[in-house]
Amino acid sequence: MSAYRYIGRGRRAKEHPRFVTGRGRYVADISLLGMKHIALVASPHASARIAAIRVDAALAAPGVHHVLTGEEFCAHTDSLQIGVDAPKVTRWALARGVVRYAGEWVAAVVADSRALAEDAAELVEVDYQPLPQVVDPEEALEGRILVHPEHGSNILYRRKFVWGPVEEAFAGADHRLSFRASWGRSATVPIETFGVVASWDAGTQILDIWASIQMPKYPDQTARALRLPGNAVRVHYDVDVGGSYGVKRGIKHTVLAAYLARRLGAPMRLIEDRLENMRGGDMQGPDRVFDMQAAFDRDGTIRGLRIRAVDDVGAYAGRSPLQLGKPVGAICGPYRIPAIEYEPVSVMTNKTPQEAVRGFGQSPTNFAIERTVDRVAQYLGMDRIELRRKNLIRKDEFPYLIPSGSTYDSGDFHTVLEKALAAARYPELLVLRDQMRKAGRLAGIGIATCLEPSGGNSAFEVLMNPKNETTTWMDSCLVRVDLSGSITGVINNSSSGQGHESLVSTVLGEVLERDPSTIRVVRADSLTALPSNSPVGSRMAIMLGGATAGAAKRIKQALLAIAAHNFECSPEDLEYRGGDISLKGVPSKKLSWEALVEIAHRKFHRLPGGLEPGLQASFVWEVPTGGGLPTADGRIQMYPCYAFEAHVVLVEIDPGTAKPSIRSYVCGHDCGVMINPDIVHGMTYGGIAHGIGAALYEKFAYTAEGQLASGTFMDYLIPSAMEVPDLTIVDHCTPSPLTEFGQKGSGEAGYLGAPAAIASAVNDALSPLQVSIEALPMSHHAIWSSMKERA
Amino acid sequence: MSATLHPIEVEVNGKKRSSQVPARLSLVDWLRDELRLTGTHVGCEHGVCGACSVMLDGEAVRACLMYAVQAHGHRVTTVEGLTKPDGGMSPLQDAFCETHGLQCGYCTPGMLIAAQALLDANPRPTENEIREAIGGNLCRCTGYQQIVDAVRLAASLVK
Repeated sequence: MSAYRYIGRGRRAKEHPRFVTGRGRYVADISLLGMKHIALVASPHASARIAAIRVDAALAAPGVHHVLTGEEFCAHTDSLQIGVDAPKVTRWALARGVVRYAGEWVAAVVADSRALAEDAAELVEVDYQPLPQVVDPEEALEGRILVHPEHGSNILYRRKFVWGPVEEAFAGADHRLSFRASWGRSATVPIETFGVVASWDAGTQILDIWASIQMPKYPDQTARALRLPGNAVRVHYDVDVGGSYGVKRGIKHTVLAAYLARRLGAPMRLIEDRLENMRGGDMQGPDRVFDMQAAFDRDGTIRGLRIRAVDDVGAYAGRSPLQLGKPVGAICGPYRIPAIEYEPVSVMTNKTPQEAVRGFGQSPTNFAIERTVDRVAQYLGMDRIELRRKNLIRKDEFPYLIPSGSTYDSGDFHTVLEKALAAARYPELLVLRDQMRKAGRLAGIGIATCLEPSGGNSAFEVLMNPKNETTTWMDSCLVRVDLSGSITGVINNSSSGQGHESLVSTVLGEVLERDPSTIRVVRADSLTALPSNSPVGSRMAIMLGGATAGAAKRIKQALLAIAAHNFECSPEDLEYRGGDISLKGVPSKKLSWEALVEIAHRKFHRLPGGLEPGLQASFVWEVPTGGGLPTADGRIQMYPCYAFEAHVVLVEIDPGTAKPSIRSYVCGHDCGVMINPDIVHGMTYGGIAHGIGAALYEKFAYTAEGQLASGTFMDYLIPSAMEVPDLTIVDHCTPSPLTEFGQKGSGEAGYLGAPAAIASAVNDALSPLQVSIEALPMSHHAIWSSMKERA
Repeated sequence: MSATLHPIEVEVNGKKRSSQVPARLSLVDWLRDELRLTGTHVGCEHGVCGACSVMLDGEAVRACLMYAVQAHGHRVTTVEGLTKPDGGMSPLQDAFCETHGLQCGYCTPGMLIAAQALLDANPRPTENEIREAIGGNLCRCTGYQQIVDAVRLAASLVK
């Protein structure tokens, strides 16, 4: 049971009532007087020169105000920032001169309604001269066709890191194996597409923005691209975001809508339709081929890994290449592997660009590591669980420094694995699997033990871009106690379902000992906000939680100082209980919360010298491990805290149709102290469902000509309640020594291990046929083909 | 767009609403843009995700696949119409809050409509029946677990 009053206990989320009654306020619900609507003209070609664009017919259509092309737009705005050092890989919302993927936006039509704008968009005539395209990443590496000829190559980033005695490990080990595993192009695909409303006020010279956004440095990047000072952009964070899980980085949409709002002097709305979201919205995810090598001894000790990861980022780069960087912080997984070689290669092709996806590249890497562990076990004829027990970092070894420079804060991996196995009734599960096999069905058990790095700093930026010296990734909270004694917490970003209002009110309630249900949580806009780096990288429990606790403690200190002054004693002589303060041992000598607040707001004559009147405090919190630059060989502390998950899954495959069904699913999870357990569990369930999608169903498939073949929900298959089984989560708590309450992050939980676990189960099911699949998604068709291969 | 407007009369959340609409206007756009009932959300606009679900004469339908003119003479219930007459939460809405049956809230109105239509027809559904009833509504946050819990809880509360 929780040692805390509110933390770790069941409590309804503060956000829910507005959502269940239809009173959420999403970007598409915002309607401004005189607002115009944007529709887009998209390229039908994966690679082509734009010879001419004729807009006259569109301009003459009813209700149309403007047709914007790349010529005008690129002349008046700057290219968007990218994560790595590749200045010639420029990127604007509208193509100029050439198109580099099918679906790329070529023109934007502004009209009185979205329907009229779409009508007119069909009247824009574009003459294309098709060019050869490169769709396959291996072919792109050869560089015969260049996506950005000015860049001189299709490679955005490539480096070989060697950490520890890799040569010696491979030379000295009893055995070696190598294989290829691939992670298919999928994404988080929120049910709400991306949207933005922009309005320019010529009087105040301020650009107001409402957006469905989850993006660090969004106001700053918007201002830069528009050549505006930062204080001319006001992003309103009180917009509910209908899911994101990483991808809602609509910077190009924003700059486009904002430019048009200013150009036409009218509020502008751009809401993607589903095809735009999946194609031209630039929100597809990692697409990776891993070449894995492992060196290991006959007793199962893994001595070294060589990992080469080629990631296809598509036609432009945002922060996407950096998704190869985050896994450096957990490159050996939860295992004691002393030597690692890692060669990340980021390559461009004529496909939709990639954006951040839940885990920022960690889930694909976890999948590749877990496949390696399973294969080592298979090679040695050892039990997969025994092999893991042998190699998992032991509880008494923390803090544990891994070869690539990160220190894991804490963990008890063996216990979490045992708890998951117990909950899954593992011995009975084995019997059940074997009975199913005897009955002529294909059945397999999947195991995965994975890490969830949390507390997001941005250390991969400095690792992968020597020109970038970003070593702080702070977050903040402002707390106000008003004259009536009510508490208000102010947060500095929008949320997309993570329950930040519940987080802040719980933490404020805990520290100040006030009922969280009475605490209001509101959002600043970017001109009134304290610094925030947005809810990415499983960081808000740690970062917003830490900042909130810091601000609350400052309020408490102020109250104690007031009481000490009035009682003419030292703060150490006082007792704080539920907001009231009394002299220790003399309960009658007491100032109530209301009286203390009254003094702070009205009675300067009773305030101690040096204390500001009023009652408010802010706190800006740096990532607990701080920030620094990497060593010459690329070692760096990535995220501060490491959560752990152990998955145990039973999958059945219909031998007639190859259809996989998940029969049971257990996830053991340790993210330290949970501030709101229902919220943590919810995100973990959702992460598992998302991982089931990535493992079995979801893929942005492309034709050889570079056409997206799965741009609707009829062919990009998202798991429904019929595909996602009843899920069991088993909690364990190893507190982090680095955080206020012992909490770790958890927004990416479930997703970081589910694809690996399902891949493990499908391969176990196929093992009697002596075939295997090492490519995600393991679609019905892929499983069917594999079964036929055997036949 | 054809300039021809068609008169419609629809009972929306118990109130008669009349309007003049173009033939191509979808029901969801009419509800959201003209009646400002923005609780109903647009997710895919091709009938798969279920975010736009509303009840038509008590049955869950996709408001993105229907034209407003087709609703003429019918009863439409949106998420705003699920609340009690005093504006308080219905047992189902309350159950979603209790079990944490939502996160970002975007699919929630459609889920509530699908689940309410189920409970109206089948007050004691099994877990399978619940999953089937919400099987046409996609959620990316919850993995459906706490939604199923919510519907089960609501069913147990209603006499």
